[in-house]
Amino acid sequence: MTIRLTKDIKYIENKCKKVRKLIIDSLYKAKSGHTGGSLSSVEIVTTIFTAFLRFDPDDPFKRERDKFILSKGHAAPVLYVNLALNGFFNIFELNTLRFNNTRLQGHPSREKLPCIDASTGSLGQGFSIAVGYALADKIDKLDYYTYVVLGDGEIQEGQIWEAAMSASHYKLDNIIAFLDHNKLQIDGEIKNVMNVLPIKEKFEAFGWDVIEIDGHNISEMIKAIERAFNIKEKPHLIVAHTIKGKGVDFIENKVKWHGIAPNKEEYYNAIKQLGDI
Amino acid sequence: MKPIPTRLAYGQTLVKLGREFDNIIVMDADLSNSTQTSLFAKEFPDRFINVGIAEQNLMGVASGLALSGKVVFASSFAIFATGRTWEQIRNSIAYMNLNVKIAATHSGLSVGPDGASHQALEDLALMRVIPNMVVLSPADVYQTEKAIYAAYRYNGPVYIRLGRAPYPIVTTPDMDFEIGKDIILKEGRDGTIFATGLTVGEALKAAEVLEEKGFNPRVVNIASIKPLDKELILKCAKETGFFITVEEHQRIGGMGSAIAEFIVEIYPIPIKIMGIDDSFGETGTPDFLLKKYRIDSESIVEEYLSFIKKIKVGE
Ligand SMILES: Cc1ncc(C[n+]2csc(CCOP(=O)(O)OP(=O)(O)O)c2C)c(N)n1
Ligand SMILES: [Mg+2]
Repeated sequence: MTIRLTKDIKYIENKCKKVRKLIIDSLYKAKSGHTGGSLSSVEIVTTIFTAFLRFDPDDPFKRERDKFILSKGHAAPVLYVNLALNGFFNIFELNTLRFNNTRLQGHPSREKLPCIDASTGSLGQGFSIAVGYALADKIDKLDYYTYVVLGDGEIQEGQIWEAAMSASHYKLDNIIAFLDHNKLQIDGEIKNVMNVLPIKEKFEAFGWDVIEIDGHNISEMIKAIERAFNIKEKPHLIVAHTIKGKGVDFIENKVKWHGIAPNKEEYYNAIKQLGDI
Repeated sequence: MKPIPTRLAYGQTLVKLGREFDNIIVMDADLSNSTQTSLFAKEFPDRFINVGIAEQNLMGVASGLALSGKVVFASSFAIFATGRTWEQIRNSIAYMNLNVKIAATHSGLSVGPDGASHQALEDLALMRVIPNMVVLSPADVYQTEKAIYAAYRYNGPVYIRLGRAPYPIVTTPDMDFEIGKDIILKEGRDGTIFATGLTVGEALKAAEVLEEKGFNPRVVNIASIKPLDKELILKCAKETGFFITVEEHQRIGGMGSAIAEFIVEIYPIPIKIMGIDDSFGETGTPDFLLKKYRIDSESIVEEYLSFIKKIKVGE
């Protein structure tokens, strides 16, 4: 089976709505998990999966494929929902998120769910793994992309900058990294906890091609990725300005919604706000 | 009393220490609400340092502060505080025997739904193997408070293993705590069950069931994993016929290994080491996971009974 990719903006926007609802739904049932950072990454992950990622759900580890790594692994729900909607597993399995004996572990596990390109959860590590994937494709002269999603708190890790240095050193223009720039981490605002700004200038100094976009705007997202395809010899970073908790007013921009799930009342309120699909 | 997570006692004790001693600095890496260092941060913002999501830097900066005369408590989840930073701890802290107290929360399977990536099952091994490092693993909130005080007073690096899940109360406020000294929680003659941290409660429950079945196990709480209370362990070897050890950690390299390494040299007796059997953890509730990975009270009872049988056959 191959997935039909589409760049139809209305379609992707609609799909994002559905993804948000399924994220809220599975987190509510799980009774724990990371709501804010899952919602901020919806457009990034859904656009990659719907418009660009070349893969076969029946043969998920086929050598010739694009790779997707959620380096900010705590946002697992946004990945699981996209995998389900793309035919990797039945959508009903989303109801088992974080349950005993589930394949949908709190953080993505390749051992439990063998369609995950990298087990993540320890921040900073997925980025280096992406460099390895991209390097292997260069070595084997395969024309595929590695997509990787980072958190803006995550890039405080030293390993991020080691990975960034190596990606440009090896001219890995087959890496497209996204920074989910929601300005928040667990203990507060990025700039107050440990200021890692400016980001664009730092990555440019590390030899990267960098652009900034509205991380909830599908057409900007598509254009940014297509632009990256045409810039050679440099790895690409798309700094996606986002809102943590995007889509639900009482979750948006709230630090405390980093690592909690909605209760019953919050769940119904959120579902109402997310509207009809 | 209801079970209470040991990390809560950690946060509260830090505040007490902060009021008593000016030279204490508390550090975290973007997990201050989870580790409870936020309590200290609120009262002493000038003596709290959050390095962001940068655990290796956490340990390096702690080293420089300690070299300048501070007593530093550095916190994160156990997996990151010992794994990501192991070599910084070894070379920048332990090698210089510095006053850095690594108080790590969210150890073991009982972290629960976050799953394997967040469940430190190797931290005791990682810390125990480093020269100069003291390793403490308190069983409840009372013992935690005492362990934190003892760590503050001790001159050198200390690792303190704490948990996210509620730990049953198994000691009393008036029990002594000393690094290198441990306690018998229940007397007994036919075998000794050694437990640490969350599993102490499981061991006591198991002992009750075993008593009902006509057995008489001793239960020892090992809070000081390094240095070990060698005198006590030797006494148990001489007075009871065999050891069962149980911990929320890999069987390889943890408390059971430490006990075995010691006793095999001077008074070898049969030892059954219970713990995670060379595998990763997974998502689940703490109760479910303790059962599945066979470190709950029922599994202790079963192992105890089958071990007694095995030893008899051996005779
Ligand atoms: C190495 C490591 N340290 C600490 C954590 C705990 N942790 C999980 S999420 C998080 C904050 C992440 O912030 P950010 O990258 O901005 O994510 P987002 O805002 O997109 O949720 C932290 C500190 C971790 N998972 N890994
Ligand atoms: Mg963020």
